[in-house]
Amino acid sequence: MSGSTFETDNKLVNWFEKRLPIISLMHGAVVVYPTPKNLSWWWTFGSLAGVALVIMMATGIILAMHYTPHVDYAFLSVEHIMRDVNYGWLIRYVHSNTGSLFFMVVYIHIFRGLYYGSYKDPRELLWIIGLLIYVLMMATGFLGYVLPWGQMSFWAVTVITNLFSAVPIVGDAIVSWLWGGYAVGNPTLNRFFSLHYLLPFVIFAAVILHLWALHTSKSSNPLGVEVKTPQDTIPFHPYFTAKDLVGLAVFLIVLFFFVFFAPNYMGHPDNYITANPMVTPAHIVPEWYYLPFYAILRAIPDKLGGVIAMFGAIVILFLVPWLDTSKVRSSRFRPIYKQFFWILVLDCFVLGWVGANAPEGHFILIGRLATAYYFLHFLVILPIVGMIEKPLPLPESISQPVLKGEQE
Amino acid sequence: MASNTLDPEAVEQPERRDFLYIATGTLGAVGAAMAVWPLIDQMNPSKDVLALSSTEVDLSPIEEGQSVTVVWRGKPVFIRRRTQAEIDEARDVNMADLPDPEEDAARAVKPEWLVLVGICTHLGCIPLGESGDFGGWFCPCHGSHYDTSGRIRIGPAPDNLVVPDYAFLDDTNIRIG
Ligand code: HEM
Ligand code: FES
Repeated sequence: MSGSTFETDNKLVNWFEKRLPIISLMHGAVVVYPTPKNLSWWWTFGSLAGVALVIMMATGIILAMHYTPHVDYAFLSVEHIMRDVNYGWLIRYVHSNTGSLFFMVVYIHIFRGLYYGSYKDPRELLWIIGLLIYVLMMATGFLGYVLPWGQMSFWAVTVITNLFSAVPIVGDAIVSWLWGGYAVGNPTLNRFFSLHYLLPFVIFAAVILHLWALHTSKSSNPLGVEVKTPQDTIPFHPYFTAKDLVGLAVFLIVLFFFVFFAPNYMGHPDNYITANPMVTPAHIVPEWYYLPFYAILRAIPDKLGGVIAMFGAIVILFLVPWLDTSKVRSSRFRPIYKQFFWILVLDCFVLGWVGANAPEGHFILIGRLATAYYFLHFLVILPIVGMIEKPLPLPESISQPVLKGEQE
Repeated sequence: MASNTLDPEAVEQPERRDFLYIATGTLGAVGAAMAVWPLIDQMNPSKDVLALSSTEVDLSPIEEGQSVTVVWRGKPVFIRRRTQAEIDEARDVNMADLPDPEEDAARAVKPEWLVLVGICTHLGCIPLGESGDFGGWFCPCHGSHYDTSGRIRIGPAPDNLVVPDYAFLDDTNIRIG
């Protein structure tokens, strides 16, 4: 594409290259990687997610040096991190707030994909690997939230592990296997710590597969027309390294705004009360990033049905490449679907809002309607709009609208 | 193979070699499954956890209309000395109105004493006593109402509050588990 392959006169580099061509691999991936020249800001969220993962792993490994995974000490060890360990408060707040922002970044990244049809042929596997990362992140975030062993930690594990008791026949056996006891207790905390340490590394491996798939099918772009000539692309470095760094700067400003000025804004005060297996807090809520799914769980007035709907809401995302019948990728050229996209975004916010409130009064009805709409969007609207909609005319290539001096 | 040249039919026949492949594969799969089992079973409750399986409670300090919560296997157990009104209410229910029909007499060895695992059968929160629409328990997590026999009446919980195995050792002492 942009032609250049890796070449150097440096003897040491060449000696190394001959035995392990990792330098040329990196060169191909982050320097010359031919990038569509029209990528917008929505394309910076992928690299931001990567940085967030690295921050999580670095701060997490440090926290693990001071944390004790035992029911009698976990809460105290977190307080010890906050009060005694040098800069412990900083590292913990960076870990917990980056956790939240990581989800925000990934949600934007996913909705970017939904808007621009990034999941369509030939990027289905790229999409699926991305969703696997998202599922692993949800598991990791949940496991991590349990570690401080506050009231919200304890009741989050209780409610979430009990979801499996809805499985017919073997449900109770699964739950006691997960707990390692008759109730959530020390064995549960201990294994959750082990898994919380493990999963980020699994995510890291999945990210490598995600990038491999990306570099095989290449980046899509806001127009959704494939790259046709080398004129449509520019090398990743310096153009997109620079752009991504600007995105990173903004991300860090937001992150440290929270860390320094509102470190507990995205947390819940009840988690500063030590876990008490005998008292459930009056109003338990999950972390904000699970709220829409929590609303779906509660919308169905049946235990097994609620659990199926909740998992179904995630599974359905895996089917999107095949549910979307449109020939055109980008919603920019899809006047009807574009509107439904924004309704879906709104619907997800409504679900989140319902999830944050007690299931009483009008929240029950709103929650049910919003849940029904969520499934309607993917199962009915997405396939049908693709068939009946008349897309706007597509530009011939990425460069064409620019060369003609058209304003998009 | 020799047999092929001698008898063309034999090509379609299962051979000694196919048998060996299948037998080896099967044995390998069974062996792998057996090797995996300890890795899975280690997560089940360990022996010391299983050993903590019974709790004895002295009921004498509990007055009529009072409840206590004791811990059994790390879970709360509600022990309530019911009032006559509560007993009558619990016994006076039409079975057809219950999502999980069960006679009160089958749930309380002595009508006065109700012993329940204090864990909502929906997703495991601890219900609040003397509340809800049926004068029994109410779970604030997702809104399940239980009656004065601990039976589910409305809400997402599928089953009645569980009555643990327990026995009266004498008039005022019980052993749970
Ligand atoms: C995908 C990356 C990760 C996510 C999404 C994540 C998420 C979380 C969350 C939400 C918490 C609770 C924070 C709080 O309530 O204060 C937490 C705590 C913790 N995490 Fe992670 N984590 C990640 C990576 C790691 C790694 C790689 C380690 C290394 C072992 C780690 C170690 C810890 C420890 C020791 C705690 C308990 C201390 C505390 O509460 O601050 N985490 N994590
Ligand atoms: S846990 Fe009690 S209603 Fe859900």
